[in-house]
Parts: sequence; structure tokens; C-alpha cells
Amino acid sequence: MADMFAFAEARGGELRKVAFEAVSAARHAADATGGGEVHALVLGPPGIAKAAESLGRFGADAVQVVEHPGFERYAPESFAATAAERLKAGSYRIAVFPASVEGRDLAPRVAARLGVGLASDVIAFEVRGDAILAEHPAYTGKVNVTLRLTGTPAIVSLRPGAIPPAEQPRTARVEAVVPAADPAAARVVVTELAQQAAAKLDLGEAPVIVSGGRGLRAAEHFKLVEDLAAAFGNAAVGATRAVTDDGWRPASDQIGQTGRVVSPDLYVAVGISGAIQHLAGMRMAKTIVAINKDKDAPIFKVADYGIVGDLFEVVPRLTEEVRKARSG
Amino acid sequence: MKIAVCIKRVPDMELRFAIASDRKSLEQSGLKYDMSDFDGYALEVALRLVEQQGSGEVVLVSLGPDGVQETLRKGLAMGAARAVQLKADEVPVDGLSVARALAAELGGGGYDLILFGRMATDTASGAVGPMVAELLGVPCVTAISHLDLAEGRGTARRDLEGAVETVQFPLPAVLSIDEGIARPRLATLKGIMAAKKKPLEVKPAALGEVRLTVESMALPPERSGPKFVGDGPDAVPELVQRLRTEAKVL
Repeated sequence: MADMFAFAEARGGELRKVAFEAVSAARHAADATGGGEVHALVLGPPGIAKAAESLGRFGADAVQVVEHPGFERYAPESFAATAAERLKAGSYRIAVFPASVEGRDLAPRVAARLGVGLASDVIAFEVRGDAILAEHPAYTGKVNVTLRLTGTPAIVSLRPGAIPPAEQPRTARVEAVVPAADPAAARVVVTELAQQAAAKLDLGEAPVIVSGGRGLRAAEHFKLVEDLAAAFGNAAVGATRAVTDDGWRPASDQIGQTGRVVSPDLYVAVGISGAIQHLAGMRMAKTIVAINKDKDAPIFKVADYGIVGDLFEVVPRLTEEVRKARSG
Repeated sequence: MKIAVCIKRVPDMELRFAIASDRKSLEQSGLKYDMSDFDGYALEVALRLVEQQGSGEVVLVSLGPDGVQETLRKGLAMGAARAVQLKADEVPVDGLSVARALAAELGGGGYDLILFGRMATDTASGAVGPMVAELLGVPCVTAISHLDLAEGRGTARRDLEGAVETVQFPLPAVLSIDEGIARPRLATLKGIMAAKKKPLEVKPAALGEVRLTVESMALPPERSGPKFVGDGPDAVPELVQRLRTEAKVL
């Protein structure tokens, strides 16, 4: 029986999906040791406590909430000091952080402060004797590495989307905690946060992703990809590195080893040949559809379904059929 | 301005990997190594900053076996002034022990900036930079896509998922650099010749306790191959039908 800790990431006064994933993974790990408590930590602006209660639905027994006007945005130094202090105050077997951009900044800082080990970007983990075993896809996803982590607390950062949150409802105790370091004294200060249009689904949270590559031939042809995404209704638009390098799409749309690593239920690759760098970002998708004119393109090796043909004919037809299927 | 750039030597990701007989390392035969992609961007940023300031030096640091000397020479050929190899039989997968060795070398070195790539392409972890910052007690900003320096302060931009953050920080600082910020230059022939004479110091790496190790490695199961490949727009109805009934994603 062992207690687990989960860092529940928030942005703009709301919990992110990765927060529920971290809590759910911690719950699962606690249950696997015969049931310990799961304590979540939330840092955010005043009012975040209200959102924090919802973590009970995914198995948190207690939620430690730090409300501070300075936590409207990520404050690395104060977050790290507070998380390290909370970890020292409890006796946790594992601390789960998301491997989001924020979590990848925070988890190493906390590990260094505590002098404990960190397994980054894992897709599964379990307690095995006096160690933690964690699965990590390395070498652009071409090799599965099982890592062995000793010492307590063992810190893992969990790849977004790798473990879908499972409901394990309970009423979480909400405890107010003060920050371990004053955010106003921080050396690194976020001066601006430009949020994308709220209506736009984030690549990490969308169940369906439609992505375009060089095969689209020009920036304006991305309209085809956008229309197909709109037909699905729950889709985000992604792109290859070649496309973002050429400025057809913003860099934040890039899927691949050097961009976003995603694992949606459905990934539709339009005019994408399937370079290693791109495959590293999407090979964990549950179902992959490829549309490409070259039947020998590497993308067909990882695809579950494919259409060999001219995307300018295939995609509009697919958009129409998807729209029909969803309304029928 | 004195800038350290920490670089990692990683295998070429385009190659086919095989697992060695110990089942916890890569089969070395046939592997080719090079500087991790992001580290090239970090080095380019450092070289440009020193060029803009008109004074200072870029120092390369890499931890690993003697093979890293080749990678360090490449960085020297691009324009770094000198290099340090922190010698270890292998690069531990434990980021904190690597960070300890780097911090021991970099602390007290009088660096205004310590740069890392956003992550190494082999482990995709990105943990060592912020760990070094914590061990040295200096400010740190990770995954920077744009950087300005003026009067001892820096302004950086970083892409979060679905948002862009602007951050201010004082020097000295540890920064990790995202790709795209400044395309790495190619070494000139003159640079390659000059690099042979530049100082490359070899010191033992002070790794300390290791808490993270590789238990095993395996190749992921091959995807079973497509269940259906159709030809042209007429294949669309069957595809949609299969997405609906077989894959259940519609």
C-alpha cells in the first residue's frame, strides 16, 4: 500500500486534460499496490479550488490547492519550490507529472531539488519490488525502453494521451496550501501569454487529427485538410515539419519528433510521405489512415487504412462521405 | 559574453536499429553518430550572440566516451572556441547524474549563458538543462523559440500547447533552445582545418549516484500493415464504412 502524488496542470483557471490523466495514472498505481491515497497538487489563480474538486472523480483522495494571483500563469521557480515542499511533506512512492511543455520544465526541477530520479515521457509505469519500471518510447519511437527507477519518491512524467483518464469517483478533501516561494520574488517572469483561439481544439486533446504534408503543394490547399477536419467535428489540424518550415502552417501545428507527439483515436495523413521524424510524432495513434499518390510511401507501412490516389480528388470525396456518415 | 553549449552525440535516427544480445542496449555495428538536432540550434544561437557582441567565446561541453570528440570537433569547426569532454564509458540514461557532472564543470566557470537543445533526439527527455539550472541555482527558461538579450536581461518566447508565452529573465541563465530559432551553419573547410588545432580538454565525468537505468530494450511490434488499401476516390465509401464498423472512429 503506497500513497501517490499527482501534479494537476491548470491553465487560464481551468484544469487541463493532462491533469486528469496524471491523477488517474496515480490512482491506478496506488490501487496496484493494494490501495494507498492519491494526493493531487493544483496551483492556479484564486478560484482554482472550485475546479480542483473535479479531480475526485478520477481518484484523488485529497487535493492540495495553492491559490495565488501570481499563478494565473506558470511560475517555474515558485511551482518547483512548492511541488518539492509538498513531496517532502508526504511520503509518496511515485510522483506523476504530465510530459507537457509545462511538466517537462517542472518535473526535472523538482527531481533536482529533491535529488531523486526522473523517468521522462513514459507511457506506462508500475511498482516492481523496490523499483519502478516505466516504459518509454525512445529513438523517435523506434525502440521501446523499459526504465528502472529506484529511490523515493520516484518521479515520472507521463506522455499526454498515453493513459486515458478513468473515472474512480470519490469526494476529494480540498486543502489550501501556501506557495513555498513567493511568485513575486521570481527571477523568471512570464510577461505575456497569447492564447490560441478558444474554439480551436488542441492537438493533444483532439480525438481526431487530420494532418497535411508537402503533397498539398501550396499553403492555400490546406483548406482541404481543414474542411475534412470540420467534417469530423472533433478534429484538430496538424502538419509535417516540411510544411511548417515553409511557413504554410504555424510551427505549433507541427507533428513529429521535434514538434508535438500525439496519440489520437484517428489520424488522417494527407499527402504525407512518412519521414521518420513525422512517424515519431504519430505512430501511437490508434487508427491511421493514409492518403497518398505514391503507393510505396513509408506512411503506408504504419497505416491501418490507405487510399492510393490524387488527394485533390480523394479528400473532397472523403469530406463529403464523412459528413454524410455523421449526419446519417 | 561567455557561453557554454552542452551537446549530446546521438545515433542517426534514420537507420534501422537492432537490440544487442544483452537486451538492454543498441547493437552498435552499423550505427552512425552525430550531434543531436536541437543542440545544433543551441550552438548556432551561441555563435550569433558572440558575433553580435563582438567579443566572448563559445565553449562546448559533451559527456560520453571518446567518440564524442568527433562531435565536439564538428562544433569547433562551426566556430566554437574550445571544447571539454567529460569522459564516461557511456552516457547514463539518468539525467540527474549527467546534470551533476555538467554542473560540476560549469559552476564557477563564469558563463553568462549555458545553452542546451530542447531535448536530445534519442531519449527525448529534455530534463538535463533545467536540472543543471537547479543545481547551479540560476534562472532557467526551456524550449525557447525566440531570444533577445539586452543589458544583462533576456526576453524569450516559448510555444506551449496552444499558447505562446513571453518570458523575461536575468543573466546568467540556463536556456534550452527549440528548433527553428536559427538554422545551424555548415562548417567551412577553413573552419574544419582550424578546429583541429583548437583546445579539447578531457576530464573525468563526476556522475555520482545513478538511480535510473535501462532494464530492457525491445523493438516495438510492427504494425500489422494496412487492413485495406483502396485506389482513388471510388475507394472512399469502403474506407468510411470500415472506419465506422471496424475501427469504430466514426
